[in-house]
Amino acid sequence: MTGQQASRITYTLDSSLDSVNKVEETAEQMARKAGVDEDNIFRISMAVREAAVNAVLHGNAYDPEKRMTASFENTGTSLVIRITDEGKGLDPSTLPDPLAPENLLRGSGRGIFLIRSFMDEVHFRQLHPGTELTLIKHLGPAEAGA
Amino acid sequence: MSMKISTRHVDGVTILDLGGRITLGEGSVQLRDAVRDLLGKGQKKILLNLGDVNYIDSSGIGELVSAYTTVRNQGGELKLLNLTRKVHDLLQITKLYTVFDVKDDEASAIASYAQA
Repeated sequence: MTGQQASRITYTLDSSLDSVNKVEETAEQMARKAGVDEDNIFRISMAVREAAVNAVLHGNAYDPEKRMTASFENTGTSLVIRITDEGKGLDPSTLPDPLAPENLLRGSGRGIFLIRSFMDEVHFRQLHPGTELTLIKHLGPAEAGA
Repeated sequence: MSMKISTRHVDGVTILDLGGRITLGEGSVQLRDAVRDLLGKGQKKILLNLGDVNYIDSSGIGELVSAYTTVRNQGGELKLLNLTRKVHDLLQITKLYTVFDVKDDEASAIASYAQA
């Protein structure tokens, strides 16, 4: 299911790895179309993938009754991607620091850190139920308005 | 988008040649199963050749870490070989580059394993 408003495209997807892959591919296409360089295409698509994994795995717990939405917007000066889930909600302040020595050898917990490392702005909004994660990448002068 | 994996043995070291994507789902599970299988056979000197791994997500990174700690806890050694720039940068960002023993030459990697 898709909807288009101005330059925003929104997908409503089931809670599966196929949906995660689709969201990642869409982000890559969006970044490439915007003229972003290869390194940042990788960073954006990876950050969006991590957000989608969080929504599907941690938010919706692969529940087939729960949906993830992903919207993609090029504002002309920024790429804005919003990922929502229908889970219990996420308080980012409670997430352990994956760089802390005691956490370095953990098998998980790096997703949000990577999102923050790769995007210019990251915002969390509680939806009750669910969480909306907004990822923003500012476009350089050569990319803005592309 | 699945991961390819093949196994070779050189001078007592088991080399897993990985290719493609190590991500949540298929790739990370394949890696976990492959390492577990090797340990079950008593093969504890493991070298992961990541030269053809063009993408790894946080789940894949977590699986590398889990493999490393599992092998270490069983008295073995797991090392990484031929990191692509993307994987190298990810391990740097996550401060894991200095945790792993990373090699860029197979011969010297094999020679670096402790002799039994």
